[in-house]
Amino acid sequence: MSTAPLRLVTRDDYGVKFASASVVPAIGSETQLKSVLGALAGVDAVGLEARCAKLATRSIKKSTKLEAIDLAISMVDLTTLEGADTPARVSSLCAKAMRPDPRDLTVPSVAAVCVYPDLVARARSALANSSVAVASVATAFPSGRASMRVKLLDVNDAVEAGAHEVDMVIDRGAFLSGRVGEVFEEIVAVKEACGEAHLKVILETGELVTYDNVRRASWLAMLAGADFVKTSTGKVSVNATPPAALVMLEAVRDFAESTGKLVGVKVAGGIRTTKDALRYLVLVNETAGSTWLSPDRFRFGASSLLNDLLMQRLKQHRGAYVRSDDFSGD
Amino acid sequence: MSDERLDVRKTYKLLINGAFPRSESGRSYKVSTKSGDFLANVAQGSRKDLRDAVLAARGVQAKWWASSAYNRGQVIYRLAEMAESRRDELANHVGAAEGLGEQQAEQSVSRAIDRIIWYAGWTDKIAQVYGGANPVAGPFFNFSLPTPSGVVAVLASQESSLEGFVDAVLAPIAAGNTVVSVASELRPTPAVLLGEMTATSDFPAGVLNIVTGVTSELAPTLASHEDVDGIDLSGVNLDEANELSVSAAGSIKRVFRPRPNDTDPTRRLRAFIETSTVWHTIGQ
Amino acid sequence: MARTCALTISAATEVNEHDLTASRLGSLEYDPAPESSAIAHFRSSYGLFIDGAFTDPSSHEQFVSLNPANEEVLATVAQSSREDIDRAVRSARRAYEEVWSHTSGAERAKYLYRIARLILERAREFAVVETLDNGKPIRESRDVDVPLAAAHFFYYAGWADKLDYAGFGVNPRPIGVAGQIIPWNFPLLMAAWKIAPALAAGNTCVLKPAETTSLSALLLAEILQQAELPAGVVNIVTGDGSSGAALVDHPGVDKIAFTGSTEVGRLIQQRVAPSQKRLTLELGGKGANIVFEDAPIDEMIEGIIDGIFFNQGHVCCAGSRLLVQESVADEVLRRLVRRVEQLRVGDPMDKNTDVGAINSAAQLARIRELTSFGESEGATRYTSSCTLPEKGYWFAPTVFANVAQSHRIAREEIFGPVLSVLTFRTPEEAIVKANNTNYGLACGVWSEKGSRTLWVAQRLRAGVIWANTYNKFDPSSPFGGVRESGFGREGGRHGLEAYLDV
Repeated sequence: MSTAPLRLVTRDDYGVKFASASVVPAIGSETQLKSVLGALAGVDAVGLEARCAKLATRSIKKSTKLEAIDLAISMVDLTTLEGADTPARVSSLCAKAMRPDPRDLTVPSVAAVCVYPDLVARARSALANSSVAVASVATAFPSGRASMRVKLLDVNDAVEAGAHEVDMVIDRGAFLSGRVGEVFEEIVAVKEACGEAHLKVILETGELVTYDNVRRASWLAMLAGADFVKTSTGKVSVNATPPAALVMLEAVRDFAESTGKLVGVKVAGGIRTTKDALRYLVLVNETAGSTWLSPDRFRFGASSLLNDLLMQRLKQHRGAYVRSDDFSGD
Repeated sequence: MSDERLDVRKTYKLLINGAFPRSESGRSYKVSTKSGDFLANVAQGSRKDLRDAVLAARGVQAKWWASSAYNRGQVIYRLAEMAESRRDELANHVGAAEGLGEQQAEQSVSRAIDRIIWYAGWTDKIAQVYGGANPVAGPFFNFSLPTPSGVVAVLASQESSLEGFVDAVLAPIAAGNTVVSVASELRPTPAVLLGEMTATSDFPAGVLNIVTGVTSELAPTLASHEDVDGIDLSGVNLDEANELSVSAAGSIKRVFRPRPNDTDPTRRLRAFIETSTVWHTIGQ
Repeated sequence: MARTCALTISAATEVNEHDLTASRLGSLEYDPAPESSAIAHFRSSYGLFIDGAFTDPSSHEQFVSLNPANEEVLATVAQSSREDIDRAVRSARRAYEEVWSHTSGAERAKYLYRIARLILERAREFAVVETLDNGKPIRESRDVDVPLAAAHFFYYAGWADKLDYAGFGVNPRPIGVAGQIIPWNFPLLMAAWKIAPALAAGNTCVLKPAETTSLSALLLAEILQQAELPAGVVNIVTGDGSSGAALVDHPGVDKIAFTGSTEVGRLIQQRVAPSQKRLTLELGGKGANIVFEDAPIDEMIEGIIDGIFFNQGHVCCAGSRLLVQESVADEVLRRLVRRVEQLRVGDPMDKNTDVGAINSAAQLARIRELTSFGESEGATRYTSSCTLPEKGYWFAPTVFANVAQSHRIAREEIFGPVLSVLTFRTPEEAIVKANNTNYGLACGVWSEKGSRTLWVAQRLRAGVIWANTYNKFDPSSPFGGVRESGFGREGGRHGLEAYLDV
C-alpha cells in the first residue's frame, strides 16, 4: 500500500513567499556586486516575449474589468514633464489627480502627481490634505548627464520642496560599460539624500537594450536601496514594454523571496490605453501577485492614460461608447 | 606430383566485434563453387553469434557516429585500398562463387571497389544533401540533420556475393550506422574476405559484423531482435520478406526491401537515415 | 554556483513556512470570457464524405460525438463499414486515375492555396468546433491548431509545382491512394498534416479521423467542397478502430500514414508488412525536457509548463519527463509547482482557460490508472488545487517529484497533464536518462551555454529537439520520431518523401 505523501497544492502555500526578516545583503565592493549580478539567470528573449504575448490574450471582462480599471486609476502617477509646464497646469493636473471624474465620486484618486523639482511646492499645496502623493523627477532627468554634486542638489531641492517620492535616472553609460559600482554608489547616495521620500530608480530599459541587462540593473537598484524600479523616463524612443516590465516583476518577486524586502515596479512612457494598462496588470497578477496589485507596489507613469481609463470605466457602466470630450484635457 | 607445393587453406570465420571467431556453435557448412566443386568449410553462425554481433554493433555505434564524417570517409576509402590490393583474390572468389569468367569476375570486383569509394565520398555529403535549415515562421534557428537509425541488420543478396554485399553494408555504415550482416548463404567467401580487409582499414571493431550461415535460420533472430533498429531484406525471397517484415514490426524497425530494377542508388542510403530537427531560440 | 538566484539565501529553505507573508498569484480573478458556441453550426447527424458528397453509411449506423467538457452530444457521426471504406477507396482511386494524376502541379497548388485561405476565412468557426469537440482551450485552437493547419496547406501548396527540385530526382511520381488515420489530439491540424503533402505530391486520400473527434474534419470536407476540389480526391470516412483496420487492410490503398499510439502503430506495421504498401508512422513518445543549472529560469519554467500542459498533455511529443540538474532541482520544483497552481483549468471555451478537458472517459481512466502507480511506486505527488467542473472529463494538472527511471510514470506514455520529475548530475547522465526509453520523438534542452546545448542535441535520440523552447511546430520543419516513435517525417521538404514514390 502506498505510503508516499500526497501533496495537494493550495493557493496560499504556493504564492510568492517572502523571507520574514529583511536580509538584503550589504554590497562591499564592485567585485562582489558583479559576482551577484553575474550569478543571475539569463533571460531568453524569445521565451519572454512569447510569455507576454500569451498573457496579452487574457480577456478581461465585466466586473473584473471594472475592478481592474479602478485599480489602474489608483496606480497612475499623473505626469507632466514638459519644458512648457506652468504652475497653473500643475494645479489643474492636481485637481484631476484628486478627483479624476468630478461627476463620479466613486472614481478613486490617482497615486501621485509627477513633476519637475521646481513645481513640487506648487503640487504639494494643490494636493494638500489629499491622499495623492507628489513625485518629482530628479538627478538631471532625463539624461542623468550631470555631476554627482548637481544630481544630489537636484534631489535635495525636490525633497525640501516636499516631494514624497523621487524618480531618479541611472547612469546607463556607466552600467553598460561595466562600471556597476559607480551606478550602485550613486543610487545609495541618492537614497540617502531622499531621506523619508521613496526612491524610484529609472533603469531606462530601452537604452539597456537586452533583457539580461534589465534583470541585472533591477537587482543592482534593489540591492542599492530602491523602493521602486521604473522602466523609463518616457523621453527616449523605446519606453516601457511588457517584456521589460515582466523581467522587472520577476526581479522584484525573486528579491522579495530571498530578502523579504518588497520593491515596487513603475512602468512609464507610451502607456495610453486601458488595454495597455490591463495587460500590465495581468503581468502583475500572474507574475508577482496580490501584493503588487496595489499603488504601493505598482504604478503607471502616464498622462493621457487616465482619460482613457475614465472613458472605458464609463462605457462599462453605461454599456455604450462615450466621447473623449466628456473628460477634461489635462 | 611431389614437387608441387601443398597450398595452405584458410578457415573462413565470422567477423564479430573486430575479431574472427569460429561460430560459438562450433558448426560449419560446406560451400561449393557455382560448378559444384568444394570451395571451403565456412563457419555456420548461430543465434548467439548474432546476439554478440548486435551487442558489438550497439556498443560502437555512438562512437562511429561521433567520429567525424571526414574520418568515416577515410576509413571506408581505406577499405577500397585494401580491396584493390587483394583484387585478384576477390575476383577468384567472386568468379568461383558466382560462376563468372575471369574477366567478368574482375569487372565485378572493380565495380565493387568503385562502389566502396562512392560510399566513402558520401559520409560528409549526407548532412548537406539530406539536411538543411528550415525557414520557420518565428524567432528560431531551425535545422534538420540526418542521423543514423542505429544498428542495422543486413540480409545480403544471395546472388551478388560482393557487389550486393558492398551496397547493402556500406550504405548504412556511410550514414553512421553499424551493421550486423548475414552474407550470401551459398556464396559467402567474398564477403568474408572483405570483412578481413576491414581489419586493416581502421574500421572500429563492431562497425561491420559478418555472420555466415543459413539465412533462413539467422534472419528471424535479427528481424525480431529489439535492439536492431532497421533491417535490409535483400537476401530473402518475397514470402520470407513478408514474414520477416511482420516480425520487424514488433519493435517498429525500418525495413528496406529492394525493388526490382531499381535505378536509384540513394534509396539504400536514405533507408536508414533519421531526420533530427533542432530548434533554438534567436534573441539578444 | 547555480545561476538561478543571485543570493545564497533561499526563501524556501530558510524561512519558517508558517511565518510567511505571501503574495497570491492570480488574485485578480478573471470573469468568464466565453467564446460564443453559436458560431459552430452542427448538423444533427453527419454522413461520410465520399466522392465529393456526404453520403449515408451502408449500415446507417451512427455514433455520438460528445463535448468532453460537459458530456453533451454535439452531433452523431456515421460509422463506416468495410463496404463504405471500399467505396471511399474506389472513389479515391478513380479520382487519382481520372483526374488528379492529370492535374498539373500548378493547378494542384492553387487548390491547396484555396483550402488554406478558406480555413482562415472560417478560422473562428474551426476554432470553436475544435474546442467543443476536443475539449482543448479555445486559446490554443484559435492561436495554434487552426492557423497552423492553414499554414500547412499554404506551405505544401508551394511544393506541388516544384517537386522536380525537392531532391528526389526529376519528375518524382506520387504513390497513389493514401489511407490516412489520425488521432484525436489535434484533429484538424493532423488532417492538414496528412492531406496537404499528399495532395501536393499528387496522391488522393481517404482520411479517417479519430472516433471521438470527427467534426472538424467534416467541416474541412465542407471547405473542400467550397474549394471545388475534384470529387474523390479527398474522402473522409468516420468510424472507430474497425473502420481504420478496414482502411489499412484494403488492397486498393497504396500507402498508409498513421498517427497514434505505438501500440496501434505496431499492429498496423504488422498488418501492412506483407503487402507492398508504403507506411509512415508517427507514434508515441516520452519526451525528456532537460534542464541545466544555467537555464534561463523563468522562460524554462514556462517551457516546462507548455511542454506538458499544452493541450492537456495530449501531445505525442509532450515533455513528460523533466530531467533537472540536481543543483537546481529544489528551486525548479518549487517554482514549477507554484506555476502549476496558477494554471486556469476549466471551460475550454473560456478565452482565459489554460488547461481544458480530457478528451474522453477512456483517456481519463487511463490517466488515472497510470498516475495511481506514481503514488504507489513512491513518487511525491503535487496536484493543483483547482476546482474541476462536475460534468465532463477532467484531470487536475499534476507533477510527480522523486521519480525513478524504473517507475511506470517515467516509462509509459500517460498522454495527460502529468509530469514526472527526475534529476541528474552531469550532462552525460542526462543523455543516458533521456535516451533510456524505446521512444524517440522529442526532447527539450534548457541552457544558456550554446556548446553544451549542441553537444546534448547531437546525442539525444529524438526526431525533434527544442532548445530553450518546447512544443513549437511549423509546416517547414520536419516532425517525426526515431525508434518506437515511428518513421517518416511530416512537414518540410522531408514530408514530401512520405508521399512520393522515391
